[in-house]
Amino acid sequence: MKKQQGYIRDLSEIRCMMERSSKFFSLSGWAGILAGIYALSGAYIAYAILNFRPDELFYKPSGILSTGLPELIWLAISILLLALVTAVFLSYQRAGKRGEKLWNPTAKLLLVSMMVPLVVGGILLLFMIFNGLLGLLAPFSLLFYGLALFNAEKYTYGEVKVLGLIEMLLGLLGVWFVEFGLLFWALGFGVAHIIYGIHMNYKYER
Amino acid sequence: MKISIAGLHKAFESRIRLGIMSALAVNEMIDFSLLKEFLRVTDGNLASHLKALEKNAFIGMEKSFIDRKPNTRYFMTKKGKAAFDDHLEALERLIKSQK
Repeated sequence: MKKQQGYIRDLSEIRCMMERSSKFFSLSGWAGILAGIYALSGAYIAYAILNFRPDELFYKPSGILSTGLPELIWLAISILLLALVTAVFLSYQRAGKRGEKLWNPTAKLLLVSMMVPLVVGGILLLFMIFNGLLGLLAPFSLLFYGLALFNAEKYTYGEVKVLGLIEMLLGLLGVWFVEFGLLFWALGFGVAHIIYGIHMNYKYER
Repeated sequence: MKISIAGLHKAFESRIRLGIMSALAVNEMIDFSLLKEFLRVTDGNLASHLKALEKNAFIGMEKSFIDRKPNTRYFMTKKGKAAFDDHLEALERLIKSQK
């Protein structure tokens, strides 16, 4: 019977090593929680202070440029950078705790798999801004972020796939109900990130 | 080739050697320092296990220079893949048969 347990342990260690050597597991749940909080604050600033409340897909480019669009872009970039720096910093700490380096081939694979949809989506959002398609900004950022996560799941936790599906669903809803675009954005980037982060923290980091 | 009863391979009796093969089974190539990181072993320990696997022709290596620093990358050979798969099957069989 003792031998039996040895075989089972052998198999489970083989599986564990296969996963550890091909997937990136240093992403911390706290990164998700904090990113969600940044996103919620950003959505509030956009709605309450910058008055970003598009209820139509299309705005004449000239008319909207005067109403805080540059501020909105800066706000979006700041939130993105803040979330990224937080994620990198926390992952660096977590990798250290696990006796691993942050920058390894699995991190590279994860990043590349996310980069393609994100860069394409980013360029598309810029084109939309120039052409006055302001009602689609929030839902399309959700859609492309969701695609990036869905794609990235191969190289990290399986939960990321579910998060990606939720973001895409909210993105589609945002396209259909344009007037609630920012609300869906806040749900996707804010609430969903926070729930994901709490779940990951509870499941893997305690 | 030394094969113990029930098809378990002698070379894979060590957990570290089994770990090396598992990591190489899902990665095309892994360099020495990364293997060390995955397995959490010392340089000398890892080197001796790698040498043993190389002797069996289960793994191969490729030496190159990155920024003028020597870099050794390891990969699994066809023979290694076959032996590893057999070992996995044998493990599964043993677990099932004793249930």
